[in-house]
Amino acid sequence: MSMTEDTATPKRPSGFWSYANPVKFLGLSERVLPAVWALAAISLVVGLIWGFFFTPNADKFESTVKIIYLHVPSAMMAINVWVMMLVTSLIWLIRRHHVSALAAKAAAPVGVVMTLIALCTGAIWGQPMWGTWWAWDPRLTSFLILFLFYLGYIALWEAIEDPDTAADLTSVLCLVGSVFAVLSRYAVNFWNQGLHQGASLSLDKEENVADVFYFPLLVCIAGFVLLFLALVLYRTGTEIRLRRTRALQAREARL
Amino acid sequence: MTALLRRDLKLAIRAGGGFGLGLAFFLIVTVLVPFGVGPQSELLSRIAPGILWLGALLACLLSLDRLLALDWEDGTLDLLATSPLPLEAALSVKALAHWITTGLPLVLAAPVLGILLNLPAAGYGWLVLSLLLGTPALSVIGTFGAALTVGVKRGGLLMSLLVLPLYVPTLIFGAEVARRGATGMDPVTPLLMLAGISAGVIAIMPFASAAALRVNLR
Repeated sequence: MSMTEDTATPKRPSGFWSYANPVKFLGLSERVLPAVWALAAISLVVGLIWGFFFTPNADKFESTVKIIYLHVPSAMMAINVWVMMLVTSLIWLIRRHHVSALAAKAAAPVGVVMTLIALCTGAIWGQPMWGTWWAWDPRLTSFLILFLFYLGYIALWEAIEDPDTAADLTSVLCLVGSVFAVLSRYAVNFWNQGLHQGASLSLDKEENVADVFYFPLLVCIAGFVLLFLALVLYRTGTEIRLRRTRALQAREARL
Repeated sequence: MTALLRRDLKLAIRAGGGFGLGLAFFLIVTVLVPFGVGPQSELLSRIAPGILWLGALLACLLSLDRLLALDWEDGTLDLLATSPLPLEAALSVKALAHWITTGLPLVLAAPVLGILLNLPAAGYGWLVLSLLLGTPALSVIGTFGAALTVGVKRGGLLMSLLVLPLYVPTLIFGAEVARRGATGMDPVTPLLMLAGISAGVIAIMPFASAAALRVNLR
Protein backbone atom coordinates (compact mmCIF):
# COMPACT_ATOMS: atom_id res chain seq x y z
CA MET A 1 0.00 0.00 0.00
CA SER A 2 1.86 3.05 -1.18
CA MET A 3 -0.61 5.64 0.04
CA THR A 4 1.82 7.29 2.45
CA GLU A 5 4.09 10.21 1.60
CA ASP A 6 6.95 9.29 -0.63
CA THR A 7 9.79 11.26 0.87
CA ALA A 8 12.61 9.19 -0.60
CA THR A 9 12.06 10.16 -4.24
CA PRO A 10 15.02 12.23 -5.43
CA LYS A 11 13.11 14.40 -7.89
CA ARG A 12 9.82 15.77 -6.60
CA PRO A 13 7.22 16.29 -9.31
CA SER A 14 5.95 19.82 -9.56
CA GLY A 15 2.85 21.49 -10.93
CA PHE A 16 -0.22 19.44 -11.75
CA TRP A 17 1.31 16.02 -11.19
CA SER A 18 2.42 16.87 -7.66
CA TYR A 19 -1.23 16.43 -6.66
CA ALA A 20 -0.82 12.73 -7.37
CA ASN A 21 0.65 12.74 -3.87
CA PRO A 22 -2.33 11.93 -1.66
CA VAL A 23 -1.19 14.29 1.09
CA LYS A 24 -0.91 17.24 -1.28
CA PHE A 25 -4.18 16.27 -2.89
CA LEU A 26 -5.96 16.14 0.45
CA GLY A 27 -4.45 19.45 1.48
CA LEU A 28 -5.63 21.19 -1.65
CA SER A 29 -9.05 19.57 -1.78
CA GLU A 30 -9.73 20.44 1.84
CA ARG A 31 -8.83 24.06 1.20
CA VAL A 32 -11.04 24.43 -1.88
CA LEU A 33 -13.91 22.13 -0.88
CA PRO A 34 -15.89 24.64 1.22
CA ALA A 35 -15.72 27.18 -1.60
CA VAL A 36 -16.80 24.60 -4.19
CA TRP A 37 -19.70 23.43 -2.03
CA ALA A 38 -20.81 27.03 -1.50
CA LEU A 39 -20.52 27.96 -5.17
CA ALA A 40 -22.41 24.81 -6.19
CA ALA A 41 -25.19 25.54 -3.73
CA ILE A 42 -25.44 29.19 -4.79
CA SER A 43 -25.55 28.49 -8.51
CA LEU A 44 -28.01 25.61 -8.10
CA VAL A 45 -30.34 27.67 -5.91
CA VAL A 46 -30.10 30.74 -8.14
CA GLY A 47 -30.37 28.76 -11.37
CA LEU A 48 -33.26 26.56 -10.30
CA ILE A 49 -35.30 29.38 -8.68
CA TRP A 50 -34.64 31.62 -11.67
CA GLY A 51 -35.59 28.83 -14.02
CA PHE A 52 -38.65 27.61 -12.12
CA PHE A 53 -40.25 30.91 -11.11
CA PHE A 54 -38.91 33.72 -13.27
CA THR A 55 -39.08 32.36 -16.79
CA PRO A 56 -42.19 32.34 -18.98
CA ASN A 57 -43.84 29.10 -20.06
CA ALA A 58 -42.97 28.06 -23.58
CA ASP A 59 -45.81 28.05 -26.12
CA LYS A 60 -46.00 24.38 -26.93
CA PHE A 61 -44.72 22.94 -23.69
CA GLU A 62 -46.44 25.09 -21.06
CA SER A 63 -44.86 24.58 -17.66
CA THR A 64 -43.28 21.21 -18.51
CA VAL A 65 -40.41 23.08 -20.12
CA LYS A 66 -39.05 23.82 -16.64
CA ILE A 67 -37.78 20.31 -16.19
CA ILE A 68 -35.10 21.25 -18.70
CA TYR A 69 -33.18 22.86 -15.81
CA LEU A 70 -32.66 19.44 -14.25
CA HIS A 71 -32.70 17.28 -17.35
CA VAL A 72 -30.10 18.94 -19.56
CA PRO A 73 -27.42 19.49 -16.87
CA SER A 74 -27.78 15.96 -15.49
CA ALA A 75 -27.64 14.46 -18.98
CA MET A 76 -24.52 16.45 -19.79
CA MET A 77 -22.91 15.38 -16.54
CA ALA A 78 -23.81 11.73 -17.11
CA ILE A 79 -21.62 11.74 -20.20
CA ASN A 80 -18.92 14.04 -18.82
CA VAL A 81 -18.48 11.92 -15.70
CA TRP A 82 -17.76 8.89 -17.88
CA VAL A 83 -15.23 10.92 -19.87
CA MET A 84 -13.61 12.01 -16.62
CA MET A 85 -13.46 8.37 -15.48
CA LEU A 86 -11.87 7.47 -18.80
CA VAL A 87 -9.18 10.13 -18.35
CA THR A 88 -8.44 9.17 -14.74
CA SER A 89 -8.36 5.48 -15.68
CA LEU A 90 -5.81 6.26 -18.38
CA ILE A 91 -3.71 8.25 -15.91
CA TRP A 92 -3.83 5.30 -13.50
CA LEU A 93 -2.81 2.80 -16.17
CA ILE A 94 0.01 4.96 -17.49
CA ARG A 95 1.37 6.78 -14.44
CA ARG A 96 0.13 4.56 -11.58
CA HIS A 97 -1.18 7.42 -9.42
CA HIS A 98 -3.49 5.99 -6.80
CA VAL A 99 -5.40 9.23 -6.42
CA SER A 100 -6.40 8.98 -10.05
CA ALA A 101 -7.82 5.47 -9.71
CA LEU A 102 -9.66 6.47 -6.55
CA ALA A 103 -11.11 9.53 -8.26
CA ALA A 104 -12.52 7.28 -10.99
CA LYS A 105 -13.99 5.01 -8.34
CA ALA A 106 -15.45 8.00 -6.52
CA ALA A 107 -16.99 9.45 -9.66
CA ALA A 108 -18.86 6.34 -10.83
CA PRO A 109 -21.77 6.44 -8.33
CA VAL A 110 -22.21 10.16 -9.02
CA GLY A 111 -22.35 9.39 -12.71
CA VAL A 112 -24.91 6.65 -12.29
CA VAL A 113 -27.14 8.98 -10.27
CA MET A 114 -26.82 11.68 -12.94
CA THR A 115 -27.82 9.16 -15.61
CA LEU A 116 -30.78 8.10 -13.50
CA ILE A 117 -31.87 11.73 -12.98
CA ALA A 118 -31.62 12.34 -16.72
CA LEU A 119 -33.67 9.22 -17.50
CA CYS A 120 -36.32 9.96 -14.85
CA THR A 121 -36.76 13.64 -15.69
CA GLY A 122 -36.89 12.67 -19.33
CA ALA A 123 -39.65 10.17 -18.59
CA ILE A 124 -41.59 12.71 -16.52
CA TRP A 125 -41.29 15.22 -19.37
CA GLY A 126 -42.10 12.63 -22.01
CA GLN A 127 -45.35 11.51 -20.39
CA PRO A 128 -47.33 14.77 -21.04
CA MET A 129 -45.38 15.74 -24.18
CA TRP A 130 -44.96 12.50 -26.10
CA GLY A 131 -47.79 10.70 -24.37
CA THR A 132 -45.46 7.96 -23.16
CA TRP A 133 -42.99 7.42 -20.34
CA TRP A 134 -40.54 5.65 -22.56
CA ALA A 135 -39.82 5.45 -26.27
CA TRP A 136 -36.97 3.62 -27.95
CA ASP A 137 -35.63 6.85 -29.27
CA PRO A 138 -31.87 6.71 -30.02
CA ARG A 139 -30.98 9.22 -27.29
CA LEU A 140 -33.03 7.52 -24.62
CA THR A 141 -31.73 4.12 -25.59
CA SER A 142 -28.10 5.17 -25.53
CA PHE A 143 -28.59 6.64 -22.07
CA LEU A 144 -30.04 3.39 -20.87
CA ILE A 145 -27.00 1.59 -22.27
CA LEU A 146 -24.72 4.11 -20.56
CA PHE A 147 -26.56 3.34 -17.32
CA LEU A 148 -25.80 -0.37 -17.79
CA PHE A 149 -22.13 0.42 -18.39
CA TYR A 150 -22.01 2.37 -15.13
CA LEU A 151 -23.63 -0.55 -13.28
CA GLY A 152 -21.12 -3.04 -14.67
CA TYR A 153 -18.21 -0.74 -13.80
CA ILE A 154 -19.37 -0.29 -10.19
CA ALA A 155 -20.14 -4.00 -9.83
CA LEU A 156 -16.61 -4.87 -10.93
CA TRP A 157 -15.13 -2.48 -8.34
CA GLU A 158 -17.27 -4.11 -5.67
CA ALA A 159 -16.46 -7.68 -6.70
CA ILE A 160 -12.66 -7.58 -6.46
CA GLU A 161 -11.00 -7.45 -3.09
CA ASP A 162 -7.44 -6.42 -3.88
CA PRO A 163 -7.59 -2.64 -4.49
CA ASP A 164 -4.83 -2.48 -7.11
CA THR A 165 -6.23 -5.40 -9.10
CA ALA A 166 -9.66 -3.79 -8.94
CA ALA A 167 -8.26 -0.46 -10.13
CA ASP A 168 -6.46 -2.14 -13.04
CA LEU A 169 -9.40 -4.23 -14.17
CA THR A 170 -11.95 -1.42 -13.90
CA SER A 171 -9.62 0.86 -15.84
CA VAL A 172 -9.35 -1.67 -18.66
CA LEU A 173 -13.13 -2.09 -18.55
CA CYS A 174 -13.56 1.68 -18.69
CA LEU A 175 -11.38 1.95 -21.80
CA VAL A 176 -13.10 -0.92 -23.59
CA GLY A 177 -16.50 0.26 -22.39
CA SER A 178 -15.90 3.74 -23.78
CA VAL A 179 -15.21 2.36 -27.24
CA PHE A 180 -18.31 0.19 -27.07
CA ALA A 181 -20.46 3.00 -25.65
CA VAL A 182 -19.62 5.17 -28.66
CA LEU A 183 -20.17 2.20 -30.96
CA SER A 184 -23.54 1.53 -29.34
CA ARG A 185 -24.52 5.17 -29.78
CA TYR A 186 -24.08 4.93 -33.53
CA ALA A 187 -25.56 1.44 -33.71
CA VAL A 188 -28.65 2.63 -31.86
CA ASN A 189 -28.97 5.62 -34.17
CA PHE A 190 -28.87 3.28 -37.13
CA TRP A 191 -31.23 0.79 -35.54
CA ASN A 192 -34.00 3.23 -34.85
CA GLN A 193 -33.79 4.90 -38.24
CA GLY A 194 -34.25 1.43 -39.61
CA LEU A 195 -37.50 1.14 -37.67
CA HIS A 196 -39.25 4.39 -38.41
CA GLN A 197 -37.76 6.87 -40.81
CA GLY A 198 -37.22 10.33 -39.37
CA ALA A 199 -38.81 9.92 -35.96
CA SER A 200 -40.72 13.02 -34.99
CA LEU A 201 -40.09 12.38 -31.31
CA SER A 202 -36.61 13.77 -30.90
CA LEU A 203 -37.01 17.49 -31.37
CA ASP A 204 -33.71 19.24 -31.01
CA LYS A 205 -33.92 21.13 -27.77
CA GLU A 206 -30.91 23.34 -28.31
CA GLU A 207 -32.40 25.03 -31.32
CA ASN A 208 -35.64 25.89 -29.59
CA VAL A 209 -34.14 27.43 -26.53
CA ALA A 210 -34.49 31.20 -26.40
CA ASP A 211 -32.29 33.44 -24.30
CA VAL A 212 -34.85 33.62 -21.48
CA PHE A 213 -34.33 29.93 -20.89
CA TYR A 214 -30.71 29.83 -21.92
CA PHE A 215 -29.14 31.89 -19.13
CA PRO A 216 -30.76 30.15 -16.15
CA LEU A 217 -29.90 26.89 -17.88
CA LEU A 218 -26.25 27.92 -18.04
CA VAL A 219 -26.31 28.71 -14.31
CA CYS A 220 -27.84 25.30 -13.61
CA ILE A 221 -25.20 23.55 -15.70
CA ALA A 222 -22.49 25.40 -13.79
CA GLY A 223 -24.19 24.33 -10.57
CA PHE A 224 -24.20 20.67 -11.60
CA VAL A 225 -20.54 20.80 -12.63
CA LEU A 226 -19.58 22.37 -9.31
CA LEU A 227 -21.71 19.90 -7.40
CA PHE A 228 -19.99 17.04 -9.20
CA LEU A 229 -16.58 18.53 -8.50
CA ALA A 230 -17.40 18.89 -4.81
CA LEU A 231 -18.77 15.35 -4.56
CA VAL A 232 -15.77 13.82 -6.33
CA LEU A 233 -13.22 15.72 -4.25
CA TYR A 234 -15.09 14.76 -1.11
CA ARG A 235 -15.51 11.11 -2.05
CA THR A 236 -11.92 10.79 -3.26
CA GLY A 237 -10.76 12.17 0.08
CA THR A 238 -12.91 9.58 1.83
CA GLU A 239 -11.44 6.78 -0.26
CA ILE A 240 -7.89 7.95 0.46
CA ARG A 241 -8.58 8.03 4.19
CA LEU A 242 -10.24 4.63 4.02
CA ARG A 243 -7.15 3.16 2.41
CA ARG A 244 -4.90 4.83 4.91
CA THR A 245 -6.96 3.43 7.77
CA ARG A 246 -6.68 -0.04 6.29
CA ALA A 247 -2.93 0.36 5.89
CA LEU A 248 -2.61 1.45 9.53
CA GLN A 249 -4.74 -1.45 10.70
CA ALA A 250 -2.65 -3.87 8.68
CA ARG A 251 0.52 -2.39 10.18
CA GLU A 252 -0.85 -2.70 13.70
CA ALA A 253 -1.92 -6.26 13.14
CA ARG A 254 1.60 -7.09 12.06
CA LEU A 255 3.27 -5.65 15.17
CA MET B 1 -0.99 -22.76 -31.22
CA THR B 2 -2.57 -25.65 -33.06
CA ALA B 3 -1.72 -27.87 -30.12
CA LEU B 4 -3.55 -25.49 -27.80
CA LEU B 5 -6.50 -25.36 -30.17
CA ARG B 6 -6.63 -29.15 -30.42
CA ARG B 7 -6.40 -29.48 -26.65
CA ASP B 8 -9.23 -26.98 -26.05
CA LEU B 9 -11.46 -28.63 -28.63
CA LYS B 10 -10.84 -32.08 -27.16
CA LEU B 11 -11.56 -30.86 -23.65
CA ALA B 12 -14.75 -29.15 -24.77
CA ILE B 13 -16.04 -32.28 -26.44
CA ARG B 14 -15.00 -34.65 -23.68
CA ALA B 15 -15.81 -32.58 -20.61
CA GLY B 16 -19.20 -34.13 -20.22
CA GLY B 17 -21.89 -32.16 -22.03
CA GLY B 18 -20.15 -28.82 -22.29
CA PHE B 19 -20.25 -29.13 -26.04
CA GLY B 20 -23.95 -29.62 -26.62
CA LEU B 21 -25.27 -27.50 -23.76
CA GLY B 22 -25.23 -24.21 -25.62
CA LEU B 23 -27.04 -25.80 -28.51
CA ALA B 24 -29.68 -27.30 -26.22
CA PHE B 25 -30.14 -23.95 -24.54
CA PHE B 26 -30.62 -22.28 -27.92
CA LEU B 27 -33.27 -24.88 -28.77
CA ILE B 28 -35.14 -24.46 -25.51
CA VAL B 29 -35.21 -20.65 -25.70
CA THR B 30 -36.60 -20.86 -29.22
CA VAL B 31 -39.24 -23.34 -28.09
CA LEU B 32 -40.24 -21.20 -25.10
CA VAL B 33 -40.76 -17.99 -27.09
CA PRO B 34 -44.01 -19.10 -28.78
CA PHE B 35 -45.34 -20.13 -25.35
CA GLY B 36 -44.65 -16.60 -24.18
CA VAL B 37 -45.95 -14.56 -27.09
CA GLY B 38 -48.60 -16.89 -28.54
CA PRO B 39 -48.63 -19.19 -31.56
CA GLN B 40 -49.78 -16.73 -34.28
CA SER B 41 -47.51 -17.53 -37.20
CA GLU B 42 -47.36 -13.99 -38.66
CA LEU B 43 -46.25 -12.55 -35.30
CA LEU B 44 -43.63 -15.29 -34.92
CA SER B 45 -42.26 -14.78 -38.40
CA ARG B 46 -41.95 -11.06 -37.70
CA ILE B 47 -39.93 -11.52 -34.51
CA ALA B 48 -38.06 -14.68 -35.58
CA PRO B 49 -34.79 -12.98 -36.68
CA GLY B 50 -34.50 -11.08 -33.40
CA ILE B 51 -35.38 -14.09 -31.27
CA LEU B 52 -32.89 -16.32 -33.04
CA TRP B 53 -30.15 -13.73 -32.64
CA LEU B 54 -30.99 -13.21 -29.00
CA GLY B 55 -31.08 -16.95 -28.34
CA ALA B 56 -27.70 -17.46 -30.00
CA LEU B 57 -26.27 -14.56 -27.99
CA LEU B 58 -27.51 -15.95 -24.68
CA ALA B 59 -26.30 -19.45 -25.51
CA CYS B 60 -22.88 -17.95 -26.25
CA LEU B 61 -22.93 -16.03 -22.97
CA LEU B 62 -23.82 -19.06 -20.89
CA SER B 63 -20.83 -21.07 -22.06
CA LEU B 64 -18.36 -18.25 -21.38
CA ASP B 65 -17.66 -19.02 -17.73
CA ARG B 66 -16.18 -22.38 -18.77
CA LEU B 67 -13.86 -20.62 -21.18
CA LEU B 68 -11.13 -19.71 -18.69
CA ALA B 69 -12.41 -20.79 -15.26
CA LEU B 70 -11.33 -24.44 -15.50
CA ASP B 71 -7.87 -23.53 -16.80
CA TRP B 72 -7.62 -20.94 -14.03
CA GLU B 73 -8.39 -23.49 -11.36
CA ASP B 74 -5.91 -26.15 -12.45
CA GLY B 75 -3.14 -23.66 -13.21
CA THR B 76 -3.04 -24.07 -16.98
CA LEU B 77 -3.38 -20.33 -17.41
CA ASP B 78 -0.21 -19.72 -15.39
CA LEU B 79 1.62 -22.13 -17.68
CA LEU B 80 0.23 -20.38 -20.75
CA ALA B 81 1.28 -17.00 -19.37
CA THR B 82 4.87 -18.18 -18.91
CA SER B 83 5.06 -20.04 -22.23
CA PRO B 84 6.78 -18.45 -25.24
CA LEU B 85 3.38 -18.01 -26.91
CA PRO B 86 2.13 -14.45 -26.30
CA LEU B 87 -0.92 -14.36 -24.05
CA GLU B 88 -2.78 -12.40 -26.73
CA ALA B 89 -2.32 -15.29 -29.16
CA ALA B 90 -3.28 -17.87 -26.54
CA LEU B 91 -6.50 -15.99 -25.80
CA SER B 92 -7.27 -15.65 -29.50
CA VAL B 93 -6.91 -19.40 -29.85
CA LYS B 94 -9.14 -19.94 -26.84
CA ALA B 95 -11.75 -17.61 -28.36
CA LEU B 96 -11.48 -19.54 -31.63
CA ALA B 97 -11.98 -22.83 -29.78
CA HIS B 98 -15.01 -21.34 -28.03
CA TRP B 99 -16.41 -20.22 -31.36
CA ILE B 100 -15.90 -23.65 -32.97
CA THR B 101 -17.57 -25.46 -30.07
CA THR B 102 -20.35 -22.92 -29.41
CA GLY B 103 -20.74 -20.36 -32.18
CA LEU B 104 -20.46 -22.63 -35.19
CA PRO B 105 -23.05 -25.18 -33.98
CA LEU B 106 -25.41 -22.29 -33.25
CA VAL B 107 -24.97 -20.98 -36.78
CA LEU B 108 -25.71 -24.42 -38.21
CA ALA B 109 -28.71 -24.97 -35.94
CA ALA B 110 -30.28 -21.56 -36.55
CA PRO B 111 -32.02 -22.42 -39.88
CA VAL B 112 -33.65 -25.48 -38.31
CA LEU B 113 -34.95 -23.38 -35.44
CA GLY B 114 -36.02 -20.78 -37.99
CA ILE B 115 -38.56 -23.30 -39.22
CA LEU B 116 -40.03 -23.51 -35.73
CA LEU B 117 -40.51 -19.74 -35.68
CA ASN B 118 -41.87 -19.58 -39.22
CA LEU B 119 -38.99 -17.48 -40.53
CA PRO B 120 -39.76 -16.17 -44.06
CA ALA B 121 -37.94 -18.12 -46.77
CA ALA B 122 -35.90 -15.09 -47.88
CA GLY B 123 -34.43 -14.74 -44.41
CA TYR B 124 -32.55 -18.05 -44.02
CA GLY B 125 -29.47 -17.13 -46.03
CA TRP B 126 -29.10 -13.74 -44.36
CA LEU B 127 -29.69 -15.20 -40.90
CA VAL B 128 -26.92 -17.77 -41.35
CA LEU B 129 -24.60 -15.22 -42.91
CA SER B 130 -25.18 -12.67 -40.13
CA LEU B 131 -24.64 -15.28 -37.41
CA LEU B 132 -21.54 -16.55 -39.19
CA LEU B 133 -20.11 -13.04 -39.20
CA GLY B 134 -21.37 -12.03 -35.76
CA THR B 135 -20.74 -15.02 -33.48
CA PRO B 136 -16.92 -14.72 -33.70
CA ALA B 137 -17.29 -11.20 -32.29
CA LEU B 138 -19.45 -12.62 -29.49
CA SER B 139 -16.76 -15.18 -28.62
CA VAL B 140 -13.94 -12.63 -28.66
CA ILE B 141 -15.83 -10.06 -26.57
CA GLY B 142 -16.86 -12.85 -24.23
CA THR B 143 -13.23 -13.86 -23.78
CA PHE B 144 -12.57 -10.34 -22.54
CA GLY B 145 -15.42 -10.65 -20.03
CA ALA B 146 -14.10 -14.03 -18.89
CA ALA B 147 -10.58 -12.63 -18.50
CA LEU B 148 -11.90 -9.74 -16.39
CA THR B 149 -13.90 -11.91 -14.01
CA VAL B 150 -11.78 -15.06 -13.88
CA GLY B 151 -10.47 -14.21 -10.41
CA VAL B 152 -13.91 -13.51 -8.97
CA LYS B 153 -15.60 -16.35 -7.17
CA ARG B 154 -18.97 -17.10 -8.74
CA GLY B 155 -18.35 -14.39 -11.30
CA GLY B 156 -20.97 -15.70 -13.73
CA LEU B 157 -23.63 -13.09 -13.00
CA LEU B 158 -21.07 -10.30 -12.86
CA MET B 159 -19.74 -11.39 -16.22
CA SER B 160 -23.21 -11.22 -17.75
CA LEU B 161 -23.59 -7.69 -16.45
CA LEU B 162 -20.23 -6.73 -17.98
CA VAL B 163 -20.50 -8.59 -21.27
CA LEU B 164 -24.11 -7.97 -22.28
CA PRO B 165 -23.73 -4.18 -22.75
CA LEU B 166 -20.67 -4.90 -24.90
CA TYR B 167 -22.83 -7.16 -27.07
CA VAL B 168 -25.23 -4.34 -27.97
CA PRO B 169 -23.67 -3.16 -31.25
CA THR B 170 -23.14 -6.71 -32.54
CA LEU B 171 -26.70 -7.67 -31.68
CA ILE B 172 -28.17 -4.55 -33.27
CA PHE B 173 -26.39 -4.96 -36.59
CA GLY B 174 -26.67 -8.74 -36.67
CA ALA B 175 -30.39 -8.80 -35.95
CA GLU B 176 -30.88 -5.93 -38.39
CA VAL B 177 -29.25 -7.95 -41.19
CA ALA B 178 -31.50 -10.93 -40.45
CA ARG B 179 -34.61 -8.76 -40.15
CA ARG B 180 -33.97 -6.85 -43.34
CA GLY B 181 -33.16 -10.06 -45.15
CA ALA B 182 -36.40 -11.63 -43.93
CA THR B 183 -38.54 -8.64 -44.95
CA GLY B 184 -36.90 -8.21 -48.34
CA MET B 185 -35.10 -4.94 -47.56
CA ASP B 186 -31.50 -4.32 -48.51
CA PRO B 187 -29.31 -5.80 -45.74
CA VAL B 188 -25.91 -4.81 -47.15
CA THR B 189 -25.27 -1.73 -44.94
CA PRO B 190 -25.78 -3.48 -41.57
CA LEU B 191 -23.92 -6.49 -42.96
CA LEU B 192 -20.88 -4.34 -43.66
CA MET B 193 -21.18 -2.77 -40.21
CA LEU B 194 -21.39 -6.21 -38.61
CA ALA B 195 -18.36 -7.42 -40.54
CA GLY B 196 -16.51 -4.25 -39.51
CA ILE B 197 -17.31 -4.80 -35.85
CA SER B 198 -16.23 -8.43 -36.00
CA ALA B 199 -12.98 -7.63 -37.77
CA GLY B 200 -12.16 -4.76 -35.43
CA VAL B 201 -13.01 -6.73 -32.34
CA ILE B 202 -10.98 -9.77 -33.43
CA ALA B 203 -8.02 -7.50 -34.10
CA ILE B 204 -8.11 -5.42 -30.91
CA MET B 205 -9.94 -7.28 -28.15
CA PRO B 206 -7.26 -9.98 -27.52
CA PHE B 207 -4.96 -7.20 -26.30
CA ALA B 208 -7.54 -5.99 -23.79
CA SER B 209 -8.29 -9.56 -22.72
CA ALA B 210 -4.60 -10.34 -22.25
CA ALA B 211 -4.11 -7.12 -20.26
CA ALA B 212 -6.99 -8.07 -17.96
CA LEU B 213 -5.77 -11.66 -17.59
CA ARG B 214 -2.22 -10.51 -16.77
CA VAL B 215 -3.62 -8.38 -13.95
CA ASN B 216 -5.54 -11.37 -12.65
CA LEU B 217 -2.53 -13.67 -12.86
CA ARG B 218 -0.27 -11.22 -11.05
